[in-house]
Amino acid sequence: MKVLVTGASGMLGRAVATGVALAGNEVRTFQRGPSGLAVSGIEDIRGSLTDGAAVTHAVQGMDAIVHLAAKVSLAGEAAEFDAVNVGGTRDLLAAARAAGAARFVYVSSPSVAHAGVSIVGDDARVADPGHASGDYARTKAIAELLALAADAPGFAVVAVRPHLVWGPGDTQLIARIVDRARRGRLPLLGDGAALIDTTYVENAASAIVAALGRAPQVHGNAYVVTNGEPRPVADLLAGICAAAGVAPPTWRVPAGVARAAGSLIEAAWRLRPGTDEPPMTRFLAEQLSTAHWFDQRRTRADLQWQPAVSLDEGLARLAASYAHTD
Amino acid sequence: MTAPGSRFPLAAASLPPVGLPGLDARFSRLVTAAESGGDSQTTRDWHILDNAAVLAEAGITPIGTILCVHGNPTWSYLWRRLVEKATEDALDGGSPWRVIAVDQLEMGFSERTGVSRPLARRVRDLGDLTDALGLDGPVVSFGHDWGGVVSLGWAVDHPDLLADVMLLNTAVHQPKGYPIPAPLRLTLRRSILRLATVTTPGFLETTLALAHPALSAAVKDAYRAPYRGASRRAGIGGFVADIPVDEQHESFAELARISEGVTRLQVPALMLWGPRDPIFSDRYLDDLADRLPHADIHRFEGSGHLVAEDVDYAANALAWLGEQDARAGAAAAGAAPADASGRDAGRQPLWHYLEEFRESTDTAIIDMAPGRGKQPLVVSWQRLSRRVEQIALGLQSVGVKHGDRVSLLVPPGADLTAVLYACVRIGAVVVVADAGLGLRGLTRAVRGAWPDHVIGAAPGLAAARALGWPGQKISTVAFPPAVARALGVKHTLASLIARAGSIQTLGEPAVLPEWPGADDIAAVLFTSGSTGPAKGVVYRHSQLEAVRDALAAQYGVGPGTGLVAGFAPFALLGPALGCRSVTPDMDVTSPKTLTADAVAAAVAAVDATVVFLSPAALANVVATSSSLDADAHRALAGVQTFLSAGAPVPEALLAAAGRLMPNAGAHTPYGMTEGLLLTDIDLTGIRELRVARQAREAQGLAAGAGGVCVGRPNATTRLRISALDENGHAVGEPSQAPDVTGEIIVSAPHIKSHYDRLWSTDRQAVRGTPAEAPASSERWHRTGDVGHLDAEGRLWVEGRMPHLITTGTGVVTPVGIEQSIETLAPIGRAAVVGIGPAGTQQLVVVVETQPAARRVSLADSALAASVREASVRQASGRPIAAVLVVPRLPTDIRHNSKIDRSALSRWAGGILAGQSRMRRP
Repeated sequence: MKVLVTGASGMLGRAVATGVALAGNEVRTFQRGPSGLAVSGIEDIRGSLTDGAAVTHAVQGMDAIVHLAAKVSLAGEAAEFDAVNVGGTRDLLAAARAAGAARFVYVSSPSVAHAGVSIVGDDARVADPGHASGDYARTKAIAELLALAADAPGFAVVAVRPHLVWGPGDTQLIARIVDRARRGRLPLLGDGAALIDTTYVENAASAIVAALGRAPQVHGNAYVVTNGEPRPVADLLAGICAAAGVAPPTWRVPAGVARAAGSLIEAAWRLRPGTDEPPMTRFLAEQLSTAHWFDQRRTRADLQWQPAVSLDEGLARLAASYAHTD
Repeated sequence: MTAPGSRFPLAAASLPPVGLPGLDARFSRLVTAAESGGDSQTTRDWHILDNAAVLAEAGITPIGTILCVHGNPTWSYLWRRLVEKATEDALDGGSPWRVIAVDQLEMGFSERTGVSRPLARRVRDLGDLTDALGLDGPVVSFGHDWGGVVSLGWAVDHPDLLADVMLLNTAVHQPKGYPIPAPLRLTLRRSILRLATVTTPGFLETTLALAHPALSAAVKDAYRAPYRGASRRAGIGGFVADIPVDEQHESFAELARISEGVTRLQVPALMLWGPRDPIFSDRYLDDLADRLPHADIHRFEGSGHLVAEDVDYAANALAWLGEQDARAGAAAAGAAPADASGRDAGRQPLWHYLEEFRESTDTAIIDMAPGRGKQPLVVSWQRLSRRVEQIALGLQSVGVKHGDRVSLLVPPGADLTAVLYACVRIGAVVVVADAGLGLRGLTRAVRGAWPDHVIGAAPGLAAARALGWPGQKISTVAFPPAVARALGVKHTLASLIARAGSIQTLGEPAVLPEWPGADDIAAVLFTSGSTGPAKGVVYRHSQLEAVRDALAAQYGVGPGTGLVAGFAPFALLGPALGCRSVTPDMDVTSPKTLTADAVAAAVAAVDATVVFLSPAALANVVATSSSLDADAHRALAGVQTFLSAGAPVPEALLAAAGRLMPNAGAHTPYGMTEGLLLTDIDLTGIRELRVARQAREAQGLAAGAGGVCVGRPNATTRLRISALDENGHAVGEPSQAPDVTGEIIVSAPHIKSHYDRLWSTDRQAVRGTPAEAPASSERWHRTGDVGHLDAEGRLWVEGRMPHLITTGTGVVTPVGIEQSIETLAPIGRAAVVGIGPAGTQQLVVVVETQPAARRVSLADSALAASVREASVRQASGRPIAAVLVVPRLPTDIRHNSKIDRSALSRWAGGILAGQSRMRRP
């Protein structure tokens, strides 16, 4: 099978492209910068999702698409989120169908269906852009609805929503936590007791590869993917800090204060946008102070998939990677 | 007298509006019935729910008709679930019942006739309707509220059609000397009757507010639908005005006729009752139970007047009807169990030794602390026998008779022992609830059992008075007359004994009644309530005799033995065993107050060879053992057997206690209020198992399911396991296969007969066992405990059914994991609970540390890591989501050891959702 992987320059995208290739497929990647994977026999095409011609070119001859590319950020201009995440996905879907691709895996996020409340053992609900928190979640929700609506005979669409993907080389979650902890600027929100489930990068990648393989059987559905090992957020932060060799957070901010502060800072950042992201958004405050863990039974049964790397094994690999870098 | 509703506005019958929640329009129809009794050809139009047409369409012939009559101010809507469920069952191939639920005239969508319809008229109305419908097969009457009275009137008048009687909260008789319920008294005041019932919808709204949980707005609207506007509510006022408040009332005679008729009904009867009913309280249930002593009763704790809305009454009613069919079949096959009566050959009643030793001056019982600062009270067999006989005669003389329920609120000691044996001797049923239940639990228990008499000491009687517990009050102590009046106390033990004395001196034949039969009910013992609302457990004489026999056979207790009884249920069995028994000096409501000195003193007092203590008491005895002197040690060295039961006893505690009693075998039997003494294991056995487990672990072998080994069944006990499915339901055929985890099922001559007024719970307790078969003489009991048998036939307890954890990858039992965690040095006790939705729960460990933590917190990384490591092997590799440290795990009062893991799970769930603060559980 010839498979296009978009957004392969990120940690998860690289792992997915590698996983798809290892499963015996021909892989082409598509993103703005170099994927860094060309050395392993993977064809690398560069371009933007908002460039129609580039997209049409990228999907030529492909049997399947795994779509990870997105504007992933906690702040920024709404129009840009819409253009990349909604417009880009719409164009990619149309181009893929026109090019005769038969499978399409849309890599989404649990935030498309949940906002602000604790998630305690829920299965994936229908994406709900109206209640999504922030532009990222809103546009990912619209795009997921578009993708699943495009599911049709001969064009099997599956949405996979990995929750909080992390691993060695992660510039998003892990690097930010470690950086702040190092500067003594990482607080615990509330008691730090909220249970958060996360996904080690290899598990997220293997779930996406599984969804690609099972698309003919499970198309039209959305699946949340996690390690299935929720931990209190304080335990997670402590584990990550320990792996990186930095001191864990020792000071606390009441969750309500953090949420309010997040809203204020977010608003201020909108007025004076900078290159950096706001230190705390309401979305992040909610994510880190309320429970987020999921019912994984349907995911595991339908995708015929199990996470291979446990949380503790993942933390050990993270520690090894930091030891190597330092 | 003109009732306020006698000039009723006229209106024709109509069909209800479509779209009322839960009401299928296919069942609604109008029926015209000729009115009996009048000279004219008056007809009346009724709205009824009737599933006959739907059944006929499916080609199904019903086996009978359930005739449902609503009360005031509801309508046939009340019965919608029964119509629906019966129809569904019939279409699914179950027993096909036709269900007819009527709207009484003036009510619901039936005709507004313009004339008042007192009770006698209403009973004839219903007969007119069933005539018009041509009902000829077996009919089951089913009524609620004042519809219960009308349906019973119909039942009394139609013996040829009547097959069974079913009732929801209702009443057929106002017991003499008790006022009618206050809310009704208020409504009945002439000045406000019309205003409350007709002019305004006040009465209707009040009734609709009685549901637990509250009715949805849509359902309330459905109940209101036929009563919009004062002109449609005249019937509501008419019904209230028709309540026969006194003998002058026009419906008094009819009510009396019906209530007497009910007493003669022989057909099977079922009462499904909501105890939280301000009108039809347990007082009326008790009256009905006296009239229909063969009735099956289920009290749904927490539900109320609208029991039909609060619980799934329909499924229960249909299940009960199914059982009646099966029972009738079995009876036809001639499989009725024989009744055993009083003096059977070889029967040793509970009072056997009181008769045999009645001239003996040897010690029967010693009360080490009969009162503050008093010397131990020593009672000989002779004195105890006389005392029991006198109290029995005295009780008889104040009206306590065979079958009466007597609630005992007497602290353990000589008085309680004497009163208890006196009651059982005359065939009264003793109701025993533990003070450990707390006042609320105790009130619920006493109201549920509805005793005819209460015998108590001051605190018990004061509580009984303050909380309005029923029953004639008898005190164990004398009060000044004013206090006695205030407490409602009519008699004291002393006055009963004096009455007995005067009867005897007058030369009248002071004879005790014949022995109660072996099958007669002897006692209602309440469970501790540590595993849900306390339930009354009913024992017959033969079953209590079997408890005594099991204890005697297993531990060699009998005449000549000295027994220290520091554990409630067994404290009372001393005289039945024929041994010398002693109650140590302790606060029985707080077992952990028992000291080593107190035990040693009790042992010395009777040369005890057998000592029985609760685990909580045992822990304190060990903790206070440093104060024992040489004499005390010498006394304790004479103990040959000691038992600790009620909850699992850790090996270390048993061993420490064993060192205090160096010549004693240390036993810890397994049992419960429903079945005492089912299995036994001793310290040697526990040690062997630990050594074997450590050897397995050293070889890296699998740990197995784990749990607490409670040993092998005793001689007369049979154990089975009903395997769990992936949802944690015990669905397996009862089996003795080893290493299968499931619900523990037991059978023994000494297990309970049944639960008190909990018919549905009884069915659950025998589900899937041989006892389920109609007319089976076998008694089995689902314990609600989870465990497995090993290859050697030993039983391992892994937890309670409600505490099972259903993860996404299967069911986990808590106890094995807890034991594994409790081996860690910094851990005191541990509780493993599941949080999150059933089927995808996460495991959470809550621990006490040594020394105890000051506040609730997440375990630090090192502790969390070691707990996870200790857990994961027992949990078959399933991850532990969180480890919480608490200062103290909450436990029940009676045993001071049972952890309510369900409550702990809710508590942990709140904290780990990030929604509640770190407060103590």
